[in-house]
Amino acid sequence: MAIKKPTPANKAVEKVPTGITGLDEITEGGLPKGRPTLICGTPGVGKSLFGLEFILKGALLYNEPGVIITFEERPEDLSMNVASLGYDLNKLESKKAISIDYVRVERSEIEETGEYDLEGLFIRLGYAIDSIGAKRILLDTIENLFAGLSNEGILRAELRRLFSWLKEKGITAVITAEKGNGSLTRQGLEEYVSDCVILLDHRVANQVSTRRLRVVKYRGSIHGTNEYPFMIDETGISVLPITSLQLNNEVSSKRVSSGIPELDRMLGGKGFYQGSTILVSGTAGTGKTSIAATFADESCKRREKCLYFAFEESPQQIIRNMRSIGIDLQKHVDAGLLRFQASRPTLYGLEMHLVNIHKNIDAFKPKTIVLDPITNLINAGLLSDVKSILLRLIDFIQSEGITTMFTALNLNSSMYEQTDEGVSSLVDAWLTIRDIESNGERNRGLYIMKSRGMQHSNQVREFLITNNGVKLEDVYIGADGILTGSAREAQQLAEATGLELRTHALNRKDREVDRKRRVLEAAISSLREEFESVRDELNKTYLEEDLRKQITEKNRAALSQKRSNRSIDVKNK
Amino acid sequence: MKKAAKKKTAKALPERWELRLYVAGTTQKSMLALDNLKKLCEQYLENKYSLEVIDLLIHPQLAAGDQILAIPTLVRKMPTPIRKIIGDLSNEEKVLVGLNLKPLKQ
Repeated sequence: MAIKKPTPANKAVEKVPTGITGLDEITEGGLPKGRPTLICGTPGVGKSLFGLEFILKGALLYNEPGVIITFEERPEDLSMNVASLGYDLNKLESKKAISIDYVRVERSEIEETGEYDLEGLFIRLGYAIDSIGAKRILLDTIENLFAGLSNEGILRAELRRLFSWLKEKGITAVITAEKGNGSLTRQGLEEYVSDCVILLDHRVANQVSTRRLRVVKYRGSIHGTNEYPFMIDETGISVLPITSLQLNNEVSSKRVSSGIPELDRMLGGKGFYQGSTILVSGTAGTGKTSIAATFADESCKRREKCLYFAFEESPQQIIRNMRSIGIDLQKHVDAGLLRFQASRPTLYGLEMHLVNIHKNIDAFKPKTIVLDPITNLINAGLLSDVKSILLRLIDFIQSEGITTMFTALNLNSSMYEQTDEGVSSLVDAWLTIRDIESNGERNRGLYIMKSRGMQHSNQVREFLITNNGVKLEDVYIGADGILTGSAREAQQLAEATGLELRTHALNRKDREVDRKRRVLEAAISSLREEFESVRDELNKTYLEEDLRKQITEKNRAALSQKRSNRSIDVKNK
Repeated sequence: MKKAAKKKTAKALPERWELRLYVAGTTQKSMLALDNLKKLCEQYLENKYSLEVIDLLIHPQLAAGDQILAIPTLVRKMPTPIRKIIGDLSNEEKVLVGLNLKPLKQ
C-alpha cells in the first residue's frame, strides 16, 4: 500500500479532511486516509496544535473519533491549552468522541536490561482506538521515546512496526516531530512516515515573525508545493492557499457610486464597476482617507456592508475626523453596516495581515472594502513581498466580487510616478490626488490615471474638502497654467465682473442706437411732411395747368363748333 | 487481574516489596523475564515481596496506570520511589541496581 507507485486517475489516494482552514485546499482534500502523516517543525511553531485540530475537528465536524497520545503534555495541560480555542476536551472525552492517553517516559525511572519491545505502547494505542472506534490518532511527540529509552535499535524497529501497524488498522495518524539539523526530524522519522510530510516553519524577517507551512511530500497525490503562511489565533490554525491564482474571476458590469457625484460623472457618469479595485494615491494630506470614507459612507447608504481596514488611525479617530467634513460613519457602525478593523502594520507579518484580512472578509462578508493605507504595510515587509501580498489580496477580493478601495501614499509628487507598492498595474481604477502649488497656496488636483473598461474624463479636477463632504470643481487652465484655489476663484470673479461690465456696455449702446433711430425717424417724418407739401404744391400747379388746359380745350372746341355751324349754315343757304 | 503467583512474606522485615510484572501474553521475553525475576526474588527478597503479573493482552486498560510502554516491564511499587526495569531482566547486576538492592558501586 505504501510503496505502491502513484498510479494516476484509476486509484487516487483517499483523503480525510483536516478541517483546518486552507489546508484541505492545498492538499486537495486533506491528509491521506489510513496512513500516517508527519508534521515537523521547530519548537513553538504549532505542531501540537495542528495535530490537535486535526483530531478535534475530525471529532466535531466529520464524526471521526480520534485518539490523542501525548508524550509531552499532561492531559490537564492539554485541555487547558485547547480551552482557549473553545474546545472542551473533557466533554468530548465523556462523549467518547476523543480519547486522551498521556505516555510519560522518564529516563531516571527506567532501567533497561536485556530484550524488550514496545508491545505495551501498542496495547495502549490499540485499547484507546478500540474503546471509541477511532479513525484518527495523534502522536505528539513520539520522538520523546528516544529520550526515555536508550536502545535505539529496538526503538527504531518498533517504530517501524508501529507505523505499519497503524496503517494496517486503517487509522489516519498525525505524528509530530521536532525539526533536526539538516534533516526534517531529529530522529529521522521521515524514514518511517513517508506518505505525507508537512513542514511547519517559523521565520523572523525584519523583527516580524511569520509561520509558514509546506507540504514536503505527499505520495500519490498532487499538492501545492509552495510555502503557505498560516496563522494561529483564537480560532486555531488558518492556512492561506494564496498562490492558486487563476485569472478567471467573474466580472460584473454593475456600477457603484464613489459617493462623489462629480467623480462619478468623470467615470462615464456611473462610477466604478462593482468588484473592481480602486487605488487612490496621493501625497500626504491630500484627502485620501476622506475619499475612502466617502466611498464607505456611500456603500453603507446603499445598505451594503463595508469593511474598513485602518492601518494608520484608530476607528474613533477616523469617525471623529470624518464628522468634521460632514460624514457620519458612527451611525453605519451602529447599524452594523460598517466595521473597522484597525491594526498596526508592524503588529504582525505581511502574510498574517493577509490571513487576517481573509478571515475578516470571510466572517463579515462585505460588499466593499477599504484598506487605508497600504503604504504602511511596507513597514511590515519588503517591497517585493508587499507587492506579492497585494497581488494575492486583490486576486482574492476580486474572486469574491468585492469592490475595494486602497489608499496609498506617494512619497514624492512627480506626476507619472508609480505608487510605491507598484500595484498600479494591478488595479482597475487609479485616482491620484496631487498638490498643485501656486500663488503661495496649496490646492489639490484629482486625476483619473486609469479606469479600465469605461470612458473617463482626462481632465484635472480640483478636489475640495468642505464641511459637507468632498467635492470636485473644474480647474481653470489658462495661459499661466492651471488655476486652482483662490486663483481660480479670482479668475471666476474676474470673469463674472467682465460679464457684468459687458452686459452693461451692451445695454448702453442699445439705448444709444435706439435714441439715434428715434432722432432719425423724427427727421425722416418731418422730411416726409415737407415732401408732401412740396408735392402738394407741385401737384396744385400741375392740376391748375391741367384744368386750364382742359377749359381752354373745351372753349376752343365750343368755339370751333360754333364756327362750323355758321359755315354749314352758309352752305345750306 | 491477579492472575499469577502471590507470595506474602512473613513479617520479618519492616520493608515490604511490592513488585509488578507487566507482560503481553506468553511471549518468550515475558516468560524469560518472569523466570529471571522469580529467581532473583527468591534469592534476595525471600518472604519479603509480593509479585503481581499483569497480562496486558487481557487487561489493556491497566497499561496506562503504570505508564507501561515496553514489554516486559517490572515495576517496583514499594518501597517508593517507583522504579521500572524493562527488558527480560537477564542482566542480574542491572536488575539489582535497578531495584536498589545493590548500590551502583561496590
